[in-house]
Amino acid sequence: MSRTENAELRAAAEALEAKHESRWLRGWRAFARDRAALISFIFLGIVILLAIFAHWVSPHDPYEAERLMRNRAPLTEGYWLGSDSNGRDILTRLIYGGRISLLVGFVPTFLATLISLLLGLLAGYFGGWIDQIIMRILDAFFAVPLVLMAIAIAGVLQPGVVTEIIAITVVLIPYISRIVRTSTLSVAAQPYIEAARAGGAGQGTILLRYVLPNMISPVIVYATTLIGLMIVVGSGLSFLGLGAQPPAADWGTMVSDGRVALTKAPHATIFPGVMIVLVALAFNFVGDGLRDALDPRSGARHHKG
Amino acid sequence: MLRQIVTRLLAILPILLILSIFAFLLVHLAPGDVTDALLGPMATEEAKEKLRISMGLDEPLFVQYAHWLGNVLQGDFGVSVHTKRDVSEVVLPRFYNTVILAAASLFLALTVGFGVGMFAAARSYSTFDRVSMSTTLIVGSMPPYWLALLLVLAFALEYRWFPATGMVSITGDGGIVDILHHLVLPAIATAAAPAAIITRMVRASMLEVLGQNYVRVARAKGIPKRRILWHHALRNALPPIATIAGLQLGFLLGGALFTEVVFAWPGLGNQLYYSIVARDVPVVQAAIIIIALAFVLVNLAVDVLNAALDPRVRTM
Repeated sequence: MSRTENAELRAAAEALEAKHESRWLRGWRAFARDRAALISFIFLGIVILLAIFAHWVSPHDPYEAERLMRNRAPLTEGYWLGSDSNGRDILTRLIYGGRISLLVGFVPTFLATLISLLLGLLAGYFGGWIDQIIMRILDAFFAVPLVLMAIAIAGVLQPGVVTEIIAITVVLIPYISRIVRTSTLSVAAQPYIEAARAGGAGQGTILLRYVLPNMISPVIVYATTLIGLMIVVGSGLSFLGLGAQPPAADWGTMVSDGRVALTKAPHATIFPGVMIVLVALAFNFVGDGLRDALDPRSGARHHKG
Repeated sequence: MLRQIVTRLLAILPILLILSIFAFLLVHLAPGDVTDALLGPMATEEAKEKLRISMGLDEPLFVQYAHWLGNVLQGDFGVSVHTKRDVSEVVLPRFYNTVILAAASLFLALTVGFGVGMFAAARSYSTFDRVSMSTTLIVGSMPPYWLALLLVLAFALEYRWFPATGMVSITGDGGIVDILHHLVLPAIATAAAPAAIITRMVRASMLEVLGQNYVRVARAKGIPKRRILWHHALRNALPPIATIAGLQLGFLLGGALFTEVVFAWPGLGNQLYYSIVARDVPVVQAAIIIIALAFVLVNLAVDVLNAALDPRVRTM
């Protein structure tokens, strides 16, 4: 009697386990079915690994300026993507450049998402004057285009990578907070939140255990696509000299450096730009794939459009 | 309708107030002293203090802010630290030049966006549709300054069709033909990314409308395809497109700064950039406020246009 009960329980537990596991598996399968997302994911993985192990995989030193090897065309031996006007290897600098450029895409988006989660959850869940104060202040920031705002903030601080990160974090907060708030509003109206409240759960518990996990998918998707866009914006700040400083290897700085020999060595300007476009595109595709994986309902709509 | 416009106009006031505080604090909390920039590193502490008092920098922040805001409301943005001229005198001509660039770019982005988007929607999943959609993805991710440099490389240096910098040529008469000649490359560079996004939006919105029953009925009635596309479908596809196009303007203005820097186009973005580098506080503040004001007003205009296009929005 008790043995059969045990077996039944174990079967139920295993079924639960399988169900739980298959949710991740299902998510991954939905993601991998989107071939563009899968290829982009692998591509980004390679770029990130190369950036991390740049010291070992690069053919040259990123700052080594070989005087006899200035403005070499691509496919020169030892300089497969050519060299710039200082005689530095472009391939090496592209690999190293991933360090700053990816950092500037990731870190501000992550920080801004954390802050926005706090602001958006508070505004969306509690409503009333908290909502009014937070959202009215953030609204004001929509009145200045994001890029110009980032330039203004980066401009008044000391130029550098940290400044770049601060500026982009600040300008992202209003945008992500809005998504968090909308998402929170729709979750907070669900019956299970009411049930949790009726069951005597505290505000903190409701927010962290019931609201947060259920509203976070669209925020993650949005943040992922933002990473690509922020790499473009960050490279722009570097291009203007407000971000990473020369001789640092950064894709935006490299485009800027290339200007002095635009006709002699156009590849020095072209390749870092291609890199920015490819990485930005890849983050877009991964974001699309994530949306399909995290929210199966949006899949059909997405593929139609 | 009029009441709605007035309400919206009033809603702009707190936004501008918050932004003015931000613009004021931003430049005042920044590291580095304006007196250092003016007097140089060799200046004595006494001379700096004297200058600070004469500029009113020794007063409490909110007094400085109230003073500044009072002046700004009268159209007085102070004197440019760098050029010693009235800020409005420096900024306004620059603003007109940016309006020229932005208007040309917006026109270009809308024309290309609607042309390609409509064509792609009419022949969805054709080769043209696939190629143009892939192209919009790539163009939409291009940094504007990089595209600007590619254009310079191709059409100013390799083929000398267009000038690489400036708004008028030194030898030219500064007439409209001269300006248009200088405008082509910057406008393309500025318009590219917004055009890509508008194209995708037009296509998606049109496909949604084309799938609806009334379009099927119109088709069954034997109305020519072109008429259905431009008359029946476009009318209803417009509102979401108008909203996105309005948002693109901000994106476009941001991109315009980079194009202005690359092409040395004497616009407001260019001025903002050089004033930031020169730590010319009053000009930076004025530029931020003017950009915000223009941007907010244009967005309001888009909303009004939207209400005119779509009766459903009016009641909201």
